[in-house]
Amino acid sequence: MKLTDLTITQAKDLLKKKEISAVELTKAYIENMEKYKGLNAFVTETPEIALEQAKIADENIAMDKARELEGIPMAIKDLYCTKGVRTTASSKMLENFVPEYESTVSKKLLDAGITMLGKTSMDEFAMGSTNLTSYFGEVKNPYKRNGEDLVPGGSSGGSAAAVASGMAMAATGSDTGGSIRQPSSFCGLVGMKPTYGRASRYGMVAFSSSLDCPGPITRTVADSALFLKVISGLDEKDPTTAPKEVIDWTKVLGSSIKGLKIGIPEEYKSDKLNPEVQKFWDERAEDLKKLGAEIVNISLPHTKYSLPVYYIIAPAEASSNLARYDGVKYGYRTKSPYHSLDEMYELTRTEGFGAEVKKRLLIGSTILTEEFYERSYLKALKTRRIICEEFEEAFKKVDVILTPSTTGAAFSKNDKLSPLEVYLNDIYTVGSSLAGLPSMSIPVGKDKNGLPLGLQVMGRKFDEETVYKVASQLELISQFDNTPSKVMGE
Amino acid sequence: MYTVKVKDKEYEMNIGLEIHCQVISESKLFSASSTKFGAQPNTHVSFFDSGFPGQLPVINKYCIEQAIKTGLGLNAKINKRSVFDRKHYFYADLPTGYQITQQFHPIVSDGWVEITDEDGNPKKIRIEKLHVEQDAGKLNHELSSNKSMVDFNRAGVALMEIVSKPDISSPFEAGEYIKKMRSIVRYLGTCDGNMDEGSMRCDINISLREKGSDKLGTRTETKNVNSVRFAIQAIEYESQRQAEILADGGKIDQETRLFDANTGTTRTMRSKENAIDYRYFPDPDIMPLILEEGLVERIKAQMPELPDVKKKRFMEEYKLSEYDANILTSERAIAEYFENAVAKVKDNDGKMVSNWMQSELFAVLNKEAKDIVDSPIKPEELAELISLIKDGTISGKIAKDVFKLMYEGDEKSAIKIVEEKGWKQVSDTSAIEKVIDDLIASSPDNVNAYKAGKVQLFGWFVGQTLKAMKGQANPQIVNEILKKKLG
Repeated sequence: MKLTDLTITQAKDLLKKKEISAVELTKAYIENMEKYKGLNAFVTETPEIALEQAKIADENIAMDKARELEGIPMAIKDLYCTKGVRTTASSKMLENFVPEYESTVSKKLLDAGITMLGKTSMDEFAMGSTNLTSYFGEVKNPYKRNGEDLVPGGSSGGSAAAVASGMAMAATGSDTGGSIRQPSSFCGLVGMKPTYGRASRYGMVAFSSSLDCPGPITRTVADSALFLKVISGLDEKDPTTAPKEVIDWTKVLGSSIKGLKIGIPEEYKSDKLNPEVQKFWDERAEDLKKLGAEIVNISLPHTKYSLPVYYIIAPAEASSNLARYDGVKYGYRTKSPYHSLDEMYELTRTEGFGAEVKKRLLIGSTILTEEFYERSYLKALKTRRIICEEFEEAFKKVDVILTPSTTGAAFSKNDKLSPLEVYLNDIYTVGSSLAGLPSMSIPVGKDKNGLPLGLQVMGRKFDEETVYKVASQLELISQFDNTPSKVMGE
Repeated sequence: MYTVKVKDKEYEMNIGLEIHCQVISESKLFSASSTKFGAQPNTHVSFFDSGFPGQLPVINKYCIEQAIKTGLGLNAKINKRSVFDRKHYFYADLPTGYQITQQFHPIVSDGWVEITDEDGNPKKIRIEKLHVEQDAGKLNHELSSNKSMVDFNRAGVALMEIVSKPDISSPFEAGEYIKKMRSIVRYLGTCDGNMDEGSMRCDINISLREKGSDKLGTRTETKNVNSVRFAIQAIEYESQRQAEILADGGKIDQETRLFDANTGTTRTMRSKENAIDYRYFPDPDIMPLILEEGLVERIKAQMPELPDVKKKRFMEEYKLSEYDANILTSERAIAEYFENAVAKVKDNDGKMVSNWMQSELFAVLNKEAKDIVDSPIKPEELAELISLIKDGTISGKIAKDVFKLMYEGDEKSAIKIVEEKGWKQVSDTSAIEKVIDDLIASSPDNVNAYKAGKVQLFGWFVGQTLKAMKGQANPQIVNEILKKKLG
């Protein structure tokens, strides 16, 4: 078996038995990074750092002091600040920004022994679901549609492309309205957005503070559970993290779902939904029923407002969070001549941000003006509360909710989708983002073009356990093969 | 009632003050950086303070407790739930592009303080709210290089903004209000009140209305007023300016003005058309602040006695006049000095301590612009000195000489100085009798004249006796013996 086809669970075992070394494992990934450079998944590659860490990992393993993810080669989305390694958020604005501090999530991973292969590309400042907005060029999906290039999804598109192609065993993503789940779905991977507050946002370049969630992109549910356990927990540097017990979710994988109630929301059935996805949704629900689960039809009437609410709250928060990029302290400053501070701001921000970011900043700034604040922002907050309450009500009747992750498979930038159609991509994922619920995308099959399709499992706040339980059953049923060498046609 | 008269018109005014008080706290409102004043630029700056990506605010509980304490001192309502908002504007001293403040749900609301108006009557000034917010950094413009340097040491230091209702109706009252506020925060130890260092700053809202009218006029806001004197100047200037416009039938523009301390005038800073839309919204990085059960009660239990209450107590307990009590309670340190001295002085004579502090101590301290806490004479030392007068060991006149020596740095106790200098008052009747006998023997003419009815000569005898005894004779005893001997 190829080293780059191993899952974390498998690699851990082989490393422990000393059948493979962390150095050779890391080298194999570095080779793949070279081989699949054309996917453009990385903004910054750090093979030297990874090899250095791999040596230490081997020493620890030799002394039987292996840490939880000792020697596991991973990629970090380029919005996690990594001390001494530039962190760009795929923006010209931060092209040369090298943080002097480590994000809590990357620190926890490094402390657990990973080897860091590099920083993965993303939509600029995480704004997008195509990875076409990165200042460092578009990222390609390892899957092709009859030879045609496809988007990997976004914003964690670089992370998804890297894991799917065997350039990393797993990668961090971040999810604001679907940025982990949608690219995972597009690339045949397992993407977990945990409960808001489960893992720390400290050191993550902020997009929308009340929605941003760090989380793992992996090939299997077991890898996801392992990974999430490492990055979770209360962090005094992020007061929005919750003092909740972090449990070993791998223990519940494959356990019985007998009697579990699985909700199917009426409002998620839409004419926008690809019939093939609908088919998998129906089939998998039926499969779970056969395992003893009860399928319950539920209603989430305010679902139709989630997308508009999301596109009010997220840009509003972004317009505020991104105000700090002004050319004064760090990051890009205009090279053009200027005669006043205001002119410097204007030139710096005009040149430093890409079109999509500027569009959202303008929308967000407008929403927060006195003129619109009450009728748009406050109204969106109120509606968000109603959406949360509807989920709470639903979870009195069911244990998890099963929905599609996306309306269809990965698309091509040549598909001529309107901006609105691209935004519609988030339609299944934004609801649980607004409500802060744990939600996971699991690959369940392929469409007629051989492209992966995913289903989403949402759970109660801080009940990742049940989500993992159901996801592991879906994984067993679907037997989706995402072996990187096969995906890459080797 | 204070009014401004222009031509045949007479105007009354409504003044509301916004006072920004820098909170006394070791570290900043949302970071662990030091708040020390006067450090090298950018040495007290964390990644959060300078707006780096991914940095998050962590509320400093102590600053919140200081705000609660101040709120209690203002007789105000402490809100169990308050919310931090972001206020946006671009400026180089604002590292994140927004200031974290409490626009919609402040931690303190609906309070009042009492001042004394021009006629000596008590007047309540209502407080609308007190909210907690971040201070900005500082820009230093280098004219020589045409560059501006940013110093973020102050960025993120906690401020309390105390907003009054427009209840103030004269420059004098505004001055009294600021002084009262300063006294309260100093008593509480929540702000040092040093206006010259900028740790207390003031914005003034003024509107005029025709005398007798209830209708509030259009107001202007004057910024950058950094002393009581400047506040009075700014109000005098601004009310006169507005009155002249109104008297000519003009209209006041609702605008933001800047006070110029050099000229004592105000000028337009920002017109209403150019008013900034601050795009306030609740900070999504900070959960609403919910005060834990019992916190306010705990702080209440630790509250020191505030000036108004202390003043009343001083008047009752030490039989002081209102004037004296006012002075002695104007600052916490003065009141503490007074009470420490009274506790040690013979008969706990507050009146006498009050007199000595006001006539002797303040005179020398003021001359050197010294603070009472830096007084070379400590309260127990002053108490000892006063006790020596009271038990007849020295006269008041000698005591002033001893005081002078002590103030100038003689570290010996008062009694030691008196003994060493041989300044002890003589109450030994035989010694005094001897001097008087000698005096009578050597001045037969005066004795005869006195006996013949020239009674005013008695004073001469007293003076001669005291002079002969170098001022150390107990004057009362001298009087008694002289009366006896002269018959």
